[in-house]
This record gives sequence, structure tokens and C-alpha cells, in this order.
Amino acid sequence: MNKKINQKIAFLLFKLFGLVVIGILIGILGFISFNGLKVINWEFLTSNPKEGMTSGGIFPAILGTFYLIVGSLFIAFPLGVMSAIYTIEYAGNGWLIKVIRMMTNNLASIPSIVFGLFGMSLFVNKLKFGDSILAGSLTLGILVLPIIIRTTEEALKAIPDSYRTGSYALGASKLQTIRKVILPSATPNIITGLILSIGRVSGETAPILFTVAAYFLPQLPSSIFDQVMALPYHLYVLATSGTDIVATRRMAYGTALVLIFIVLLLNLLAALIRRKIEKKSKY
Amino acid sequence: MIQAKNIHFYYGNYHALKGINMIIDKNTVTAFIGPSGCGKSTFLRLFNRMNDLIENTKLNGECLINSHNIYDKQVDVDELRKQVGMVFQKPNPFPKSIFENVAYGLRVNNMGDKSFISQQVEKSLKAAALWDEVKDKLHKSAFELSGGQQQRLCIARALAIAPEIILMDEPASALDPISTSKIEELIHDLKQQYTIVIVTHNMQQAARISDKTGFFMSGELIEFSETKKIFLNPDKEETQNYITGRFG
Amino acid sequence: MIKNKTFKSIIEKLIEKVFSISGLLTSILIVFICYFLFKEGIGFFKNSTIENGYGLYVNSKNKNLNLSSQDLKQIFDGNISNWKELNGINKSIEIIRIDDVFSIYSEEEIGENYENLSSKTSELIANKEGSIGFFPIEYEPKGSRVTKLPTNHLKLSDFLRGKEWLPTATPAPLFGVLPLIYGTLLVSFLAILIAVPLGLGVAIYLSELASASQRKIMKPIIELLAGIPSVVYGFFGLVVLSPFVQKIFNLPIGETALTGSLILAIMALPTIISVAEDAMRNTPRSMREASLALGATHWQTIYKVIIPYSKSGIITAIVLGMGRAIGETMAVLMVTGNAAIIPHSIFDSVRTIPATIAAELGEAPSGEAHYQALFLLGCVLFTITMIISIVSELISKKSYKKY
Ligand SMILES: Nc1ncnc2c1ncn2[C@@H]1O[C@H](COP(=O)(O)OP(=O)(O)OP(=O)(O)O)[C@@H](O)[C@H]1O
Ligand SMILES: [Mg+2]
Repeated sequence: MNKKINQKIAFLLFKLFGLVVIGILIGILGFISFNGLKVINWEFLTSNPKEGMTSGGIFPAILGTFYLIVGSLFIAFPLGVMSAIYTIEYAGNGWLIKVIRMMTNNLASIPSIVFGLFGMSLFVNKLKFGDSILAGSLTLGILVLPIIIRTTEEALKAIPDSYRTGSYALGASKLQTIRKVILPSATPNIITGLILSIGRVSGETAPILFTVAAYFLPQLPSSIFDQVMALPYHLYVLATSGTDIVATRRMAYGTALVLIFIVLLLNLLAALIRRKIEKKSKY
Repeated sequence: MIQAKNIHFYYGNYHALKGINMIIDKNTVTAFIGPSGCGKSTFLRLFNRMNDLIENTKLNGECLINSHNIYDKQVDVDELRKQVGMVFQKPNPFPKSIFENVAYGLRVNNMGDKSFISQQVEKSLKAAALWDEVKDKLHKSAFELSGGQQQRLCIARALAIAPEIILMDEPASALDPISTSKIEELIHDLKQQYTIVIVTHNMQQAARISDKTGFFMSGELIEFSETKKIFLNPDKEETQNYITGRFG
Repeated sequence: MIKNKTFKSIIEKLIEKVFSISGLLTSILIVFICYFLFKEGIGFFKNSTIENGYGLYVNSKNKNLNLSSQDLKQIFDGNISNWKELNGINKSIEIIRIDDVFSIYSEEEIGENYENLSSKTSELIANKEGSIGFFPIEYEPKGSRVTKLPTNHLKLSDFLRGKEWLPTATPAPLFGVLPLIYGTLLVSFLAILIAVPLGLGVAIYLSELASASQRKIMKPIIELLAGIPSVVYGFFGLVVLSPFVQKIFNLPIGETALTGSLILAIMALPTIISVAEDAMRNTPRSMREASLALGATHWQTIYKVIIPYSKSGIITAIVLGMGRAIGETMAVLMVTGNAAIIPHSIFDSVRTIPATIAAELGEAPSGEAHYQALFLLGCVLFTITMIISIVSELISKKSYKKY
């Protein structure tokens, strides 16, 4: 029968598509791991690049990315959580909240290079921070703000209203309710959002190109007004502008693997936390 | 003719139907009544294998239509569902035009050409007593109809592919009294051509439209006989209690 | 006791204010981003068509000249050799730069502190009817036999309609955005063309066909694909995909629009899959059952009922995927070859708007035309993605209203 055959063909195709997607991921991860593992060792992770980036390690880039993670989330995390608390717990359902939602969505859809332009023009030039950890962190902070707001909003929405009414019934004020009842039970979900943001910050290149990233620094940064090297930018540099392609390529594979490893690890962590929440909420 | 032989049905570990036997004759209306959750819908949905869609279920026993076991391996489920139509509790027209809703079954089953389809659509809408109300707006969205009209549209949709049996799961429970009585009249007319099995929570409705009635409770068929007998002189005490509202 | 309470409530009010301000943060940021982008971007049009601090001078006999940036480029590239072609006198064109002055005259003649330079430039222009001089304004030629060519401001129409992007050309840089727009659109449309069938197929597979355990494997894979940083995609594209494309299609270089599209397609997949899957999953069970009960096969049910029902969600998925592709910077920068010319085939090397910004901003001195042109590109990009974001929001709103 005709319609049965159509169905067979279509479903076969979709299964194939699914396999293609799995294949793509395995291809990318496999290729980079295979080549990267040959390079990665203790020295690679803990020493400076040497001989025009053809040997040595990527320690300054790892450290720089770590600084940027800490810096940007130090700014964005509290602000994002507060913003979400406002929209969910205070703002009600009027036009204002609709505008706020729309703006948050819009902010999330802005391409990262535009954040780079903005960061350069405001933080680097106007506020005269120069190319610095501060400018880079602020730029990246703005970039991940919508992610934090959204995940926190989801976390707050997931808390049943009975918790709130229960707390008010005991004479607690709104703020006390938020602090003592709502935030504690939303924390695991909020943390998953935080982890996802870390993943995003550690991989973004375009926003740091002109706000903080350095091609090479002989010294580690000593204040928030210093430039840093960062993993994604370092990979870009290694991949596109080496003098000795073969030798730098090795370094590039190693750097790419470290980046992917960070992302994998964070995803795994987020999944674990999520699973724990699901288990808990069953009982 | 539908015949159920010692049917046991499980949702996971939950034993939803416990050894049901029943014979339903051609061109009759059979009503299922019983308290909520007793398994009426589950039983009804066995006849067009709708329960196959639910994961993690198990069926024991035999279910025959015209002496063929419909759960046989060779059975083509789509073909079976063509012969056994179904009308659901809530009207569920597709987000398409009125015409396309009725034509849908004909199209997916490759039944006939353009002119046949439009004939069949008209015939089915007439049979569902909806034609006069919609004949001028066949190409408007089905969502523009009232709830009762939508339900009759769903009946027309089921009739269009000329099934032998029509299953109805509380077809009037979401409707107002006038729409309900229209549907009841319709069922009465359809009896000439179709075998109808209907689940209802409305006892008067069962009494008005059905030839036979089955009373279910906790996954068992307590009593099954002539509708008159069930309502006037049931054999079982549970049936008596239920129809007089002393259940519980 | 009561006093205590009022004190507490004042604090609560205060904290509430703080919350509400942070609630407005995203809106404020959008306004800020708009302001800073457009301030720099609009500043672009205050620049003159030729390099800052320089002027163009011709002999006064040479009248009726109205030279566009394009004409100037042709002149200085040597593609036009006679003024007649530009409505001028019938003389062949002779270009004089400040360096030429130094080679024509000796150091003594010009003077230790260039005090005679201005008169020397005047002399040169005045004596040669076909000459055109490009000099710093400080040393500009003077006298009745010299005409300074009027300098125009850069125009929006030139920006939008210009077919050449040569921001460092002298004396008149060209800021035609068309090659970049074509590049961006070509690469993203091609990417969407590849990603949509694949993505929708996988979405159908996930929402309709996959068992619970298969879904448990696929979902994290898609999340991981979304999490991989774009430089890593770019790197992968550079070392694997681009040699592959070069070999298969037998091209001189592998960094082409096609290569960029392939990488972008992979990057857009997770967005398309998850949004479309959500939409299909949200199709009510009753629709599915109604279709199956009429004897339709599962596949017929999918393409005749589920896909039309989740149409707006699917369109949103495509639009968002498109947004992702248009805005992507690093991966595209690394694999498309970055030639700023209007592409004629998918095997041409192209340069997209984001890649241009990333590649050039480092070298463009702050405050100059080139720098501001890049901000203007940022404005274009910002506007496009804003429109996409609003459109996708409207589409998904509409679908809520309908049912
Ligand atoms: N998909 C399902 N998964 C698990 N259990 C189910 C499922 N559907 C029904 N059940 C259970 O099976 C039993 C019978 O359900 P069924 O829908 O057949 O009852 P019903 O008699 O039609 O009730 P109602 O009159 O409320 O429609 C109920 O206890 C119900 O909880
Ligand atoms: Mg039921």
C-alpha cells in the first residue's frame, strides 16, 4: 500500500537525520579529542606559550578565561536574579512586564559581535577602562544577563503558589517569603542557569576581541585594568595567524579540547543537578 | 458484530479491565454507563485499537469484529480504524476548513476523486444534520462553528469514510441541551446504517437512545442486557444502586 | 514594636525599589546599546568622502568636475586616463602626491621646515593643466590657478548602494555595504536551507518517533551541540570542512560561502530542533487521535495535522535559526575566506557583516570614518536581529490567540 510505503520512507529518513546529528557531534568531539589528547599534559595546562606559540602551554589563557568567568558572573548573576525576582514576584501582569519580557528576549537575540562593539564604545573608550578585565567582564556580563534572568524566572515559576500563600498565612512579609521560602527552593534551578552561563562566557570570542583579549602577554594580569589572554581568543589566534602552521596547529587542537572539555563538564554538571531536582520533586 | 472475549487490560501494573465478555449486534446502539474511572473509555477504545497509542499497556483476551481478531499480527490498524470510526468527548476538528475536515478521511485513504469527495462531504454533512447550517461557509475555518456544530462536524467526518461501526465517547458531555438533543436524534437515525457504541454519563440519554446497555464498575462488566431491563428491572444490586443514584 | 515594624517596612520598600530597577535593567541596556551604536554609526555621515586632513586640488582650467568616490578610485587606480571621461578638459590625468613633490624639488627648495612646500604644490598644480593633487591641508596649494575640489559628506545612499567595500583605499575609501549584505544573506540562507530539512526531520523524530530512552540520548547531544563555542566550530571548519569542500568540488581554496553555510547550518540546528520539537509536542493529543481514528497513517497525521497545527512554532524555529546564522561571527570569519566582493556562486569566498566588524575593528582608529562605518554595520546587524526577534515573538503570540 502506497501510504504505508511513504511512511516507511519518511520515518527511515528522519531516523537517518537523527543519526546524522549524532554523527556530527561524535565527529567534532572525536576529531578534536583524538588530536588534542596528544598535546595535553601537565605542562600544557600550567606553562606559558613558548617560541611563538609553537610549544609550551596555555596557562595564561586558562587563567584569563577563569578571571572573565568570575568577573562577568560577579556582575551579571546578582543583577539577573534580582531582575527575575522582580518580574515574577513583584511586577504582576501589566504592560510593563510585557515590555520587560520583550526587551529581555531582544537582548538575548543580539549577536555577540554587537556586544563587542557596545563594550568597546562604552567601557573601553567612553569610560576609559581601556582593554581590561573590567571592560571584558562587563561586556560578557551583559551578554549572559538574559540567560540568567530566564533560567531564574523558570525556577521561580516552578515553585507552587501554595508555598507563597502558606508563608503569608504565617505572617511573613513578601521579602521574608522570598528570602526564606522561595529562593531556597529555587536555588538548584538557579544554579543550573549559572552553570549554563559559565559555559557561554567561557566560549565567547567576539565580545572580548576589542574589550580585553590579548594576543600574547609576557606577564599574568595583576589588576582588573589589565588585559588577559583567553581560551577562545587564543584558539582563534592559533588557528588563523600562526607563523609555523604545523607547530601551532598542535597547540590549537589542545586548546580546542580544553574548551570543549569545559563545556562538556558544565553540561554534565547541569544535567546532574537537574536530575537531582527531578528526583526530589517526585516525593 | 463485535465480540469481546475475556478481555483483561493493563496500564503498566494497573489492572483496568478485568475479564470482560460482550457481544454487540449489527445495527444497534449500545450504551456503556458506570462511575468515572471504571474503564468504559478504555474498553471502547479497544475496538479501534486507540489504546495502542498509549505506551506500556497490555491486553489479554480476544476482540473480534465480524469474526476477525482485530489484534492479530496481520491486521492493518489504519484499515481497521477506517472501518471503526470514532467520535471523541470534546469536539476536535482540525484547524482546517469545514470542507477539509470532512474530506480528510477520504483524502488520507485515497478514496475517490474530486467530485466523489465533494459528493461524499455533502452526504455526510447532511447525514450529520449539519448541511443546512454550513452549506454557505464550507470553506470557513471549522473553529468558527459552535461547540455543538463542531461535534456534529466530527460525526460527519467519521461518517464520510463509511465505517461500519461508530464509537462515541461521551459525545454530548461538552454540549448544551439543545445540541445534545440534536446529537441524540442523529444517533437514532444513524442506527439504520451503522453499529453504534456510545459511552455516556447521562442515564436518561442511555435510556432514550440505546437498545442495550452495559453497566461497568471498577473494570468489570457488572451487567449487560436490554436497556429497558437495566433501567426498570436490573438483576444486580450495584446496577440498581447506580441508576437510582444511591451509588457511593 | 510598631515602630520596629515601620522601620522594617521601609527597608522592604527600599529593597523592592532595587528589585524593580534591576527588573528594568535589560530595557535600559537595550536603550544604551542603541544609543552607543547609533551615535558612532551616524557619526559616519559627518565624515567627508576623502581622508581626514587631506584635500584634492586641480588646475583651475579644469572645470565642471563633480567627482564621486568611485570616480576618485578609478582615477587613482589609473583606470581613467583623461579628464574628458569625467566632463573635464581634454588632458591626460596626472596624479601628484606629497611624496612626488619631494622627489621633484630638492630639500633646500622646500625648506628645512617645509616652509616653501605650500608654494611648491601651488606651482605644480598651476603649471600642469591635467594634474590632480592629493595633499595634506596644511600644505595646500593656493592661488587663482588652483581649485580645491569640494569635499562631500559620506552619503547613506552610497553606503547602502555601494558595490565596493574598500575602507582603507586612498584618497577616497569606499564604504559600499552591498557585498557584505549579499555575503551575509547568501551564507545564512544557504545555511538555513541545509539546516531546516535536517532540523525539522530530527524534531519530528524526537517528538513523534523516538522512544523515551532514545530521546534521553538525543536531547543532551543537541544541548551539547548548542554549547560548543563558535571558535571551536570555526576551527573545525577550518581544519576539516574547508579542505573537504576544496577537494570534493575541486576548488582553488576551501574557504567559501558553502563552507561557512555548512558550519552555520550545524550551529543553527539545535535552535531549530528544540523550538520545532516543542511546538510539535504541544499539538493536542485530541488532534492526533482524531486523525488516526479516521484511518490516517502516523506519517499522514504528522504532515497533515501536526505540522500545520504547529506551523507558527516551526516558523519561529526557522526565524530564530536564521537570526543565529546572521549574527554568528567567529566561525564564519574563520571559514569563509573574507573577500569583500559580491559573490557570484556558493563557491566564492565571501565576507559577512559580523566577520567584517571582527576583522577590521582592531585596525580602525577610534573616531575615524572606518571605525564609524563598522559601528554603522553594527547598527545594520542590530536592526536586522531586532526585527527577527520581534517577528518571531509576534508569530508565536499569534498562535496563542488562534487556539
Ligand atoms: N493513559 C493512562 N495511563 C494510565 N492509567 C490510565 C490511563 N487512562 C486511563 N487510566 C486509568 O484506567 C482507569 C479507567 O480509565 P477510563 O478512562 O477507561 O475510565 P472511564 O470509565 O472512561 O472514566 P470517565 O467516565 O471519567 O471517562 C482509570 O482508573 C484511569 O485512571
Ligand atoms: Mg471516559
